[in-house]
Parts: sequence; structure tokens; C-alpha cells
Amino acid sequence: MQLHITTSDGVPIYLQIVNQIKYLVASGRLATGDELPPIRAMAEQLVVNPNTVARAYRELELAGVVEKRRTAGTYISSGGSPLARGEQERILTERIDALLTDAQQMSFSTDEVIHMIHDRADNLKTATDPSKEKR
Amino acid sequence: MTPIVDIQNVTRSFGSKKALDNVTLTQEKGTVVGLVGENGSGKTTLIKHVLGLLKPDAGTVNVFGMNPVTDPVPVLAQIGYLSEEDILPAWMKIHELQRYMQGFYPTWDQEYADQLVQEFGLDRTAKLLTLSKGQRARAGLMAALAYKPALLLLDEPSSGLDPIVRRDILGAIVRTIADEGRTVLFSSHLLGEVDRVADRVAMIKNGKIVFCENLDDLKETHLELTLVFANSRPVPPRFDRAIAAEGSGKEWSIVFKGTTDEAIAAAQAIDATIAEHRWASLDEIFVAYSRPTGGSE
Repeated sequence: MQLHITTSDGVPIYLQIVNQIKYLVASGRLATGDELPPIRAMAEQLVVNPNTVARAYRELELAGVVEKRRTAGTYISSGGSPLARGEQERILTERIDALLTDAQQMSFSTDEVIHMIHDRADNLKTATDPSKEKR
Repeated sequence: MTPIVDIQNVTRSFGSKKALDNVTLTQEKGTVVGLVGENGSGKTTLIKHVLGLLKPDAGTVNVFGMNPVTDPVPVLAQIGYLSEEDILPAWMKIHELQRYMQGFYPTWDQEYADQLVQEFGLDRTAKLLTLSKGQRARAGLMAALAYKPALLLLDEPSSGLDPIVRRDILGAIVRTIADEGRTVLFSSHLLGEVDRVADRVAMIKNGKIVFCENLDDLKETHLELTLVFANSRPVPPRFDRAIAAEGSGKEWSIVFKGTTDEAIAAAQAIDATIAEHRWASLDEIFVAYSRPTGGSE
């Protein structure tokens, strides 16, 4: 599992860890029962304060993404899938919001944007259709 | 619980210059405090008070509940100190340095010292004098860590060092704090490093503490706004909670203290629209407080 910490924007590091792990669960790269590295190992790997990793794990536990087991490990919880769906929606919503803000700045109407999305979707379908593959 | 470091209303002048002006700073056990400020702001003077190397003109300094000026032995025995200046005896070889330190510190852990020597790729038989700046810093770090001090005090530890050595130093801070109950106070002007390892950030400017806050809280209460005005304006917009403004014409970047809702209301009040908003980075917050243009119009 590779996480990437940046200090160039204002997102607190614990939140970067939380969001990236949620993203990994939502995208299926972390599955139910997968174990997260111990706090100390994660802190040393990312070169961040162990207290920050501990806070991220606590938040993930509160959100039901991970669970602590008696044997002192932290695992992706089994209730992951409905949450993953919500998380997937959250990720897309964020991107849609950014898109709509840009569109508004450039005076595109929502209908025009939707029209463009359909166009791009058709385009993408053609591009990924193996029967029409280039090369 | 007694704080590890307890600095209360400390003032210290050098001649007519106030190096520290009524500084209060406390640090709990097991936390990392990052001390930031421009050169000459008072960071090193503050750290020297913790070491008992300087005596306050007014106010009190307690470390582990003791006065480091009148009670230096038990205080210094528990502090690991590394500064950007070379303070180690340059004529010593690494293994001689280890024996020398062992003599001073009963808690010296030779096994750990050897482990650090190996990790840092130090040659035990090399004289400190012949080492590169980076290797000397690693030797200093080894010497400061191997007696497992309860308080690690680092004064600009990564100043002028390459990224690999800086990573070793940060790694050492991370491991120190991962060991139950140990405390780190460090100064740095590399805010990215402070951002990674500090629990709390204290900013000092002209000898005064500007803020001393939990790092996550600090970021979550400061926004970086891009404001757009209908007409070009010759001077930066000034309004409540705007710490600093930068820009020209119709577009201005503002570092704002408050919530998004408060920012929207503040922008409306001066007929501006918010084109972009996000949390401010530690860098942006630092620059804003260094050169504030805040206040009301």
C-alpha cells in the first residue's frame, strides 16, 4: 500500500491518510480483511508523526472503514462495501463540483456540460472498445 | 501532569534589543512542538533558555519541573541536543565520541549507538574532522539519541543539509516520538518538515509568540481565498479576519482565519466573489503572519 503525503496544500496530514485509505477501499485496492501497517511502521514509512497516523486510524475506525482486532492489528472492516459506495459517490461529487465551478466561471450552462459529458462518454466507449482498438 | 517544558512570561534582552518578549510556551510529555520564525526572530534564544545556557531577565523556565539554570545536571542529563553549529570535539573518532558521551550519560545505550552508526553508514574509526557536513550531522544525531533522552531538542537540525540527511533526522524524530513518552522540541524554517512531524506549531516573531496551536486545528481554521472584484483596485482589500492579501487589479489571494461560511459573508460585505477557496498550507499561513496586511477597511 503506497500513500502519498504532500505538505504543499492545506489538507491536514491525518486527513490525507484517511482520504487515501478510503479511496483505496472504494477502488477495491484494499479489500475486507486486509491489514493496515502498524502505526509505528506507517509513521516511519511516510515520515510523519505517529500521533498523526494514530488519529487517522481512529477516524477510519469511527467511520467504520477499519476495525481493531483483539490481536492488536487494524483491518479493513467487513461492512466496507455499502460505505465504499458512499465513498465512491463522495469522490465523484467532489470532481463534479470542481467541474461545475469551472463551467460556471466560463459561462457554460449545466445542460451544456451534461451534453459534453455524454459526448465524452461516447468517445471513451469507442476508444476502449476492443473491436475498434488502435495500434 | 507537569509539562516537560514550561516557559512562563520570559523576557530577555541583549543590550537594547528584546530577543524574547513575554514568551509563554508549555509542552506536554510525548508531543512534538515545531518552532518556526524568520532568522533572528528568537528561536535559538528560546532554545538556549530551555538548556539553561541563558537566564531570563524576567519570567520563569522549568524543564522536567526544574530550573535548568540552577539545576543543570539532572535537566541536561535528560536532554538530547543537536544544533546547526558543530559542537562536537572535531579531533575525536566516532568510537571515541561514543566513549566520551558514555562517560557523561549513565543512560547511554551502546547497542543502540552501534545500531545508529550502522544505519547512518558512519565509520567508527573516522575522525569527526574528516567527515562531510552530512556525516557530522549524523554523528551528532547519534550522540544526541543514544542515551535515549526524555526530551530531544533540535535547533535548525537540517539547515544546509542534503535531503537524504534531512530524512534521517526526520526519521529519528519519528522514531523518538514512537518510543512511549518521549518529547521533541525543534526549530526549523523548512515548513514541510514541521508539517510532517509536529503536533503543535509555535511561531515566533520579533521575540513574541504569534501563535502556538495544534497543527491540524491551525490548518482547518485558515483558508486561502481567491477573491475577484468587479473593478480593479489599487490597494489590497482589508477586512476582518483577513491576515494577509497578495495580488493586483481585480484578483487577490487572501489568507483568512475562519470558516468557509464566514469567508463568504466577509467577501459579500466588500462586494467580492470567491473564485477559489481551500485550506491554507502551513507555508501560506506562515508567510501571512510574517507580513500581515489585515484589519478592517
